[in-house]
Amino acid sequence: MTSRRKAIENIFKTSTFMGFGGLLWGSSADEAANTEFTLRPPGASQKDRDFVQACIKCGTCVEVCPYDTLELATPGDGKVVGTPYFHPREIPCYMCTDIPCTNNCPSGALDLKRLEKENEPASINNSQMGIASIHKETCIAFWGIRCDACYRACPLIGKALTIERKINERTEQHAYLLPIVNGDFCTGCGICEHVCVVEESAIYVLPLSAATGRVGNHYVKGWDKEDEKRMKLNNTEVDDSKDINSGLEYLNSDEELY
Amino acid sequence: MRNCINVLQALFKNRKYLLLRRVSQLSILFLFFGGNYFGWKVLIGNYSSAILLDEIFLSDPFATLQILVSGFVGAANLFIGAAIVLLFYAIIGGRVFCSWVCPVNMLSDFSLWLREKMRIKDKSKIILSKNVRYYILALSFILSAIIGIAAFEIISPISIFHRAIIFGVGGSWSVILALFFFELTIVKNGWCGYICPLGAFYSIVGKYGLLKVYHEKEKCTLCNKCFDVCPEDQVLSIIGKKDGYIKSGECTNCAQCIDVCDDDALKFSINYFKNNLNNR
Repeated sequence: MTSRRKAIENIFKTSTFMGFGGLLWGSSADEAANTEFTLRPPGASQKDRDFVQACIKCGTCVEVCPYDTLELATPGDGKVVGTPYFHPREIPCYMCTDIPCTNNCPSGALDLKRLEKENEPASINNSQMGIASIHKETCIAFWGIRCDACYRACPLIGKALTIERKINERTEQHAYLLPIVNGDFCTGCGICEHVCVVEESAIYVLPLSAATGRVGNHYVKGWDKEDEKRMKLNNTEVDDSKDINSGLEYLNSDEELY
Repeated sequence: MRNCINVLQALFKNRKYLLLRRVSQLSILFLFFGGNYFGWKVLIGNYSSAILLDEIFLSDPFATLQILVSGFVGAANLFIGAAIVLLFYAIIGGRVFCSWVCPVNMLSDFSLWLREKMRIKDKSKIILSKNVRYYILALSFILSAIIGIAAFEIISPISIFHRAIIFGVGGSWSVILALFFFELTIVKNGWCGYICPLGAFYSIVGKYGLLKVYHEKEKCTLCNKCFDVCPEDQVLSIIGKKDGYIKSGECTNCAQCIDVCDDDALKFSINYFKNNLNNR
């Protein structure tokens, strides 16, 4: 039989262990789960944190990948340990049409549903692993040199990557042939990054969360009937004839003046 | 030739179950390894989740529960796999995973063996309670719910170790060395015996399983060899006192006690369930 003193001591010890241990463990795990700039296999959630939550870290996707594109993170890689990622400069995603990585994922972290589009069956062409970005200053096509390596290598040539012609005003007799990434089609496979001819690739894939913006409610396309609907939807919630107070409050408040 | 047989006999004597366990552990590990490096379809994945024979999904029920608690309802395959594994260990009983499957057991046993060879005495100032692992088990669920990430899976040295073997070491060696030296120099059997929440999980799961070690008091000569080899010697409380089963779920069913017992006073029995009901 434990004495009361002993019992209180035990409760104190246990709660200290659970409290501080939990705080330390929880905060470091929470911190470790935040890794941006990590390229995930097709069918992963756009929010990396959601992917990390769902991934059971079994490495099945890595094993079934026929090109050894995917790797599992180990401590020191700066990524969540045990989760799959790829470096396109080394081995890009070659976009297998049977999508073995997503197909074999047991946990649902890679989901074929994310590769479906408007009743079409899941297709690797709908994947959004990331988006290619071009650094104009180091892309030699922007210098005026004729290089279309990325454009030629792109699996969605003419859609995800297009060539834009422009007059080269330096020589006044040549043309620029500039690679342009089209975000609606780019899958982030990274073959462009893999083939880029300069020392450190001038075209590189970034995760969507890192490379895209969001207009949100700030602007509506006035010329687009579909987009204009967003405005009407927002307005239905407020009935001006009934809501007099907010208007009065707005007129009476002078906060924004100072 | 006779020499060979003698050597083999000496090797097998008192090591029957140990060798069987190593065969079991190594063959599972090798099948996973082959799955990655040679493309074998027998076991794809790793100990967290695997596909057996390209058909049957298996997944770690502890990891699956953490993911569920963190707020993600996984795919059906995940739950089917977890249910298969959970049922398997619940029926077999004890911590069979720990001593017959888990690769960390080999690392842990190696550090125990080295401890003996190097005559490292356990004079550690750090005294851990055997219950610490249950608190850590509880914490892993609580933290998973709070931070929304499977809290143990993200730091699990078990997973880091088996992934290092199956997928390549990378930066994992630091964690593996830390685990090894912790068990070698700081706390004897420290990870597997005190801290590991997965072991705690299987202790609970396997509590009422079939396979248990049975002790016959009549034959016991109180030599205490079983206490020397047992990694969880608190489960041996009935030795030399009464006939019966080693009931605790913390028993890993590693059978080292059976191996070392020269008196035939310990053996595996699968009638546990029937007898267990009668004894109550």
